[in-house]
Amino acid sequence: MEALKEELKNKIITTLNLEDITLEDIHDNDPLFGDGLGLDSIDALELIVILDKDYGIKLVDPKEGKTIFQSIETMAAYIQANRTK
Amino acid sequence: MKKTYINGVGCISTQKTFDTVFLEEAVYNQKDTVFTLVKPEYKEYVSPAASRRMAKGVKNGIVASALAMKDSNTEKVDAIITGTGMGCIEDSDRFLKNILDNNEEFLTPTSFIQSTHNTVGAQIALLMQCKGYNFTYVNGVVSFESALLDAKLQIEEEEASSILVGGIDENTDYTMSLYKLAGFVKNDQETPFDVLKETSTGVVYGEGASFFVLENERKESTYAQILDVEIINSLEENEVETEILAFLKTNNLQISDIDAVVLGFNGDAHFDSYYKNLARNTFAQTPQLYYKHLSGEFNTASAFGLWIASKVIQTQEIPNIIKVNSVEKPAYNTILLYNQYKGKNHSFTLLSK
Amino acid sequence: MSKGVAITGMGIISSIGNSVEENFYSLLHEKPAITRIENISTVHADVIKVGEIKKTNEELANELHLPADNNYSRTALIGTLAAKQAVENAGITSINEFRTGLISATSVGGMDITEKYYYDYFKDPELVRYISCHDGGDVAEKIAEELGLKGIVTTISTACSSAANSIMLGARLIKSGKLDRVIVGGTDGLAKFTINGFKTLMILSDGYNKPFDNDRKGLNLGEAAAFLVLESDEVVKKQNKKVLARVSGYGNANDAFHQTASSENGDGAYLAMKKAFEVSGLQPSEIDYINVHGTATPNNDLSEGRAILRIYQDEKVPDFSSTKPFTGHTLAAAAAIEAVYSVLAIQHGTVYPNLNFESPMEEFNLTPQTTLKNKNIEHVLSNSFGFGGNCSTLIFSKNE
Repeated sequence: MEALKEELKNKIITTLNLEDITLEDIHDNDPLFGDGLGLDSIDALELIVILDKDYGIKLVDPKEGKTIFQSIETMAAYIQANRTK
Repeated sequence: MKKTYINGVGCISTQKTFDTVFLEEAVYNQKDTVFTLVKPEYKEYVSPAASRRMAKGVKNGIVASALAMKDSNTEKVDAIITGTGMGCIEDSDRFLKNILDNNEEFLTPTSFIQSTHNTVGAQIALLMQCKGYNFTYVNGVVSFESALLDAKLQIEEEEASSILVGGIDENTDYTMSLYKLAGFVKNDQETPFDVLKETSTGVVYGEGASFFVLENERKESTYAQILDVEIINSLEENEVETEILAFLKTNNLQISDIDAVVLGFNGDAHFDSYYKNLARNTFAQTPQLYYKHLSGEFNTASAFGLWIASKVIQTQEIPNIIKVNSVEKPAYNTILLYNQYKGKNHSFTLLSK
Repeated sequence: MSKGVAITGMGIISSIGNSVEENFYSLLHEKPAITRIENISTVHADVIKVGEIKKTNEELANELHLPADNNYSRTALIGTLAAKQAVENAGITSINEFRTGLISATSVGGMDITEKYYYDYFKDPELVRYISCHDGGDVAEKIAEELGLKGIVTTISTACSSAANSIMLGARLIKSGKLDRVIVGGTDGLAKFTINGFKTLMILSDGYNKPFDNDRKGLNLGEAAAFLVLESDEVVKKQNKKVLARVSGYGNANDAFHQTASSENGDGAYLAMKKAFEVSGLQPSEIDYINVHGTATPNNDLSEGRAILRIYQDEKVPDFSSTKPFTGHTLAAAAAIEAVYSVLAIQHGTVYPNLNFESPMEEFNLTPQTTLKNKNIEHVLSNSFGFGGNCSTLIFSKNE
């Protein structure tokens, strides 16, 4: 689980071009959107592609992302439970 | 009817056109077939967080527009109008390549969004929180002049009092490789290039972003007044002179009133005759300027031309590097710009002090 | 109230018909054309439904009598067909007789060709001729050439509001006396590029689009082209032209909110409508029918609905409907085909049904017109919004 979280943080930094952010800046329970990391709806769509491409999880409705992408913690838990690859 | 003044300029080009006065550090590159723009320090204008998804055309547009706003000492504009031949083509290329290479799977929206032609104007509006009129023109080498014409119409009809107008285009390896294949870009082996003396077809390509703040009143920062802009889709070589005379006549001017003419020479032997005829005959006694040897040819290169003309009127000097002939005038108050590409999309722009 | 700019000709090709008459017939008889895609091979073919013109590029080129070695993109082919119809409909025989311009609009340009030959260009010299047709401006270039038009030609590309903006610019050029006559409109062919682009934004419906419905799931893409001829009153008088309707109001504003999404309260849409009312001198209560943008994405319909409610405040919102369930969302052509539908609504006194509607949205009390309604229509308001917060409104009025 810890490895997965770190993997996710790295992926988020590279995929979303978060140049100035380091691994240490992202805490497991910080909100990814809004006041936390400050991601927006386009980033959410990018995260949906990460789920699909790297973990074999297909979301049909972008609204599902809202609960999954609350934090690194929630994201990792969802991936752990649903991954197909 | 209100008049239109250029009150601020900002230019990002393949030359050092920011942090300089007027082309004193310009270099005439005669070796390369594709020029790349001199990058400004983007971080000074847009935060890394905000720029992380921005295409290079967007970033260049943001910097050039910020320079123009600062130059004119303007904080807000009523409208934003841009011209771009190809838009942020790096992102369209990337998105398309991903579609094809990944068989339409695992695609992300960012480059698709950036590929929309109006993305530069839209993101400037977003940054400036400008909720006014926002248009983008995409019609080859009259893309920028269409924006200019629209802006002038807005100011004349008092629909707006200040407008940000710009021309933006960027290069990509893929598009350049296609253009070389099609012969639009010159052959690498034919160096050194001399735009005024070329016997081969094709052009040297460039990229850039030039923005102008247009306002309905003259102020300290004023460069020039835009007297008129005209766009004509097709003209035969022998029709150009007549058209120019008529254009000048509507503005109560004649050839002898023109203090300098800025011609769009691009070194394509097939079509530069459009300019050569004028240079040899109509404007033989007029100082002639050219600029595409510095900027490269591209759909909105003429915005770089307008930047040149604005600077000449402001500084009352013509740098040697842009002179076609040695004719001089005591003052440079009235300047005509003429541009076309492959005998199509002709534009005339008339400036006065 | 200003009189507005005269519309004297119209031409259109869309999934619901190859002419103005065919389009009107389909609208009247509730014959939408949202189907599986046939002309483009895509892995999404079994998932998405589109408003596709069931003609191949070859068939379209033959209709235009183009030589076999032409380099027309799909966007240029359908654009040329529609523009030619419009010019013919306006009874124009000598195109350069007056100061005449062409303002086109497109978002994809020749993308259908580029995506087809992306790698093949380097293998087959025969294909090289297509390289120049990628350019958005190439479409207008080809239309101008086919029409023999020599004057001002330009193209607007502001995503899904493009054609509204070309109609707006055309009207302004006539009003200010810069032109006597202008052909305005837009064209966009379907492309893998846009299909996948909208797919990544997750706003494509897998069923039939349901504008303003609580359970709407997104849009169906479509392809179309439409052009209108606008003429000055001097030309109308001189040539005793029949005026189909008038462009009486227009407005463009930017939402300045987000790159693709519309703001909660529809600021941009509200400002665009407000400007259009100012230009026309009309009151919101004078509008008889609103042809809404109504793409059926969750975001658009909510934002547009709120903006309409802000315009109407305590007043009754007029009959409104989206015609996108018939045609799909035709992007840069959308405002042009809907301009044609608006003029037809005025001419024939018809409000088109908003197909597929079942239940009103929970956020507000707005129910579109769901059946064909006949009544006198003096003024139609038509909205079109695009990415980059680009919001445009046009108002069309009966010629008095």
